[in-house]
Amino acid sequence: MAAPVIDTLAGERTRGTAPAPRKRGRFSVHFAHYKWLYLLLLPGVVYFAVFRYAPMYGVSIAFKDYVPFLGVNGSPWVGFRNFEDFFANPDFPRLLGNTLILAFLNLGVAFPLTIILALLLNEVRLSILKRTVQTLVYIPHFLSWTIVASLSFLLFALDIGPMFQFLNSVMGTNIDFLSDPAWFRPLIVLQEIWKNTGWGTIIFLAALSTVDQDQYEAAIIDGAGRFRRVWHITLPAIRSTIIVMLILAIGQMLNTGFEQIYLMTNALNREVADVFDTYVYFVGITQGAYSYSTAVGLFKSLVGIVLIFGTNWLAKRFNQSGLF
Amino acid sequence: MKIHNTRGGRIFDAANYVFLSVIGLITLLPFVYVFAGSFATEAEITRRAFFVWPEQFTLGSYEYIFATPAFVRALVTTILVTAVGTLVQLAFTVTMAYPLAKKTLRGRNLILSLVVFAMVFSGGMIPTFLLVKDLGLLNSYWALILPAAINPFSLIIIKNFFQELPAELEESAKMDGATEIGILWRILLPLSKPVLATFALFYAVGIWNDFMSPLLYLSDNSKWTLQMYLRQVTAASDLLGTGNVDPNYIPPEQGIKFAVIVVATLPILIFYPFLQKHFAKGMLIGSVKG
Repeated sequence: MAAPVIDTLAGERTRGTAPAPRKRGRFSVHFAHYKWLYLLLLPGVVYFAVFRYAPMYGVSIAFKDYVPFLGVNGSPWVGFRNFEDFFANPDFPRLLGNTLILAFLNLGVAFPLTIILALLLNEVRLSILKRTVQTLVYIPHFLSWTIVASLSFLLFALDIGPMFQFLNSVMGTNIDFLSDPAWFRPLIVLQEIWKNTGWGTIIFLAALSTVDQDQYEAAIIDGAGRFRRVWHITLPAIRSTIIVMLILAIGQMLNTGFEQIYLMTNALNREVADVFDTYVYFVGITQGAYSYSTAVGLFKSLVGIVLIFGTNWLAKRFNQSGLF
Repeated sequence: MKIHNTRGGRIFDAANYVFLSVIGLITLLPFVYVFAGSFATEAEITRRAFFVWPEQFTLGSYEYIFATPAFVRALVTTILVTAVGTLVQLAFTVTMAYPLAKKTLRGRNLILSLVVFAMVFSGGMIPTFLLVKDLGLLNSYWALILPAAINPFSLIIIKNFFQELPAELEESAKMDGATEIGILWRILLPLSKPVLATFALFYAVGIWNDFMSPLLYLSDNSKWTLQMYLRQVTAASDLLGTGNVDPNYIPPEQGIKFAVIVVATLPILIFYPFLQKHFAKGMLIGSVKG
């Protein structure tokens, strides 16, 4: 991570002020002068050292055979054995497949839907309707996955759920949505759409509001219809936003959302439901294979980093502005 | 601006308005159903597939859950953990943000770089779990609060906010002999009330909704939070097979599930107007800076 990126992320460069001149004095003088500030800084620094950096050091157990009694430092090194075990395990291709399928379903269905919803909202000139719809579709974003899963359990329950009964009376089907493995992925994508599509439109609507209105008037004079205006003016105007959001989404591809998947997993759909995040939990926390599951988690993070830099490189390659 | 609308354009508008209204309603329907169901009798819930208004109004489900010690305990616990956690997290964030807003402070750039690095990389689930375990925080409510005590992203936004406040305010206070802690407490905090309120909401919603931390750190089911309780109630019997469900547990009737969902959702809905306003702004700040 290069220094300019850190500056931008920390909101430094964007402020446009020159860094304050530093006086190179004795540190003890400086410290005495700022003692109250250093005191205030202390709890935060301790927090970052203990809860953020100690676990990063703890990742080293991925290369060890962790024994709780010996601790992180005392446990013996085993090199890449945990990784080798994981790649040789038949779970590996299954987890990779499940994770990638869910990721592509989300990218292929939920992501375009967000853009479409933003475009449709942008076409609304009746501001009361626009605001009402926005208010409604943002709500689910703030609810926990536990609530989303509970609502799904009620709505799709076998025999008594409204969705079950509705489809039963219309099409005569008897679908066991909650335990039939074939329905696991559609339900996950549906939940994702219900929870986050509305909220996701915010960033696109902000980009849409900056589009120069004169271009539309010029296009109307040239005889362009509604659809052509969207295609030739609106979409190109938000292209860079779409690319940035896509890069971010691809970087997050392997993060399938632990809570959502965990809550929807049951004994009958494990075969399609297991993804890296939940596997780390089941193997690590419930079975106690700490080193092995840390290796799985580390592998997932590394792939995520490669994905985000790779997509960024591709975006630049195709002459688009990348993320960094 | 007035745009000439063609006939096709008007048809599109009409279709679009209808479509968006339907989307809005679909978003709302699950809540309406659950809300109505929580006031309905068990017989009505089983008989009618879907309804938005109960035929026979009853408070039975609520009377039942509020007479259930496990539910009341989970609710009270969650309210307390949310309140204490929000205060702790705010205190940690503000005390760290204020010194970092001082550009002349030595070591500031190093600390800021380390904060940003922690935004990008993390130890992950297992190393964090082992740390919490080694600290002796398993089955302690502090495990729900401390590991997330500072959100690096909020820290940097609050730091930037402090940085933008006029320096004259502090200088005049310093003339009067105030220490930095006094300045922070008497001058900066009152000025930052709206910003801090936003982040308080942000933290509170995070703690209230958190399911992963109690799942990881609270194995003792007498300590469960509302989200854990909700999951146990609604995950029908246990075809789950994912562990963590009390074996002596008797699955409740439908109406009780409805009522527990309503109680878990209500605080979020009450605060929603504030959330919508401030979070939308926060998300845009994030998109510009990040």
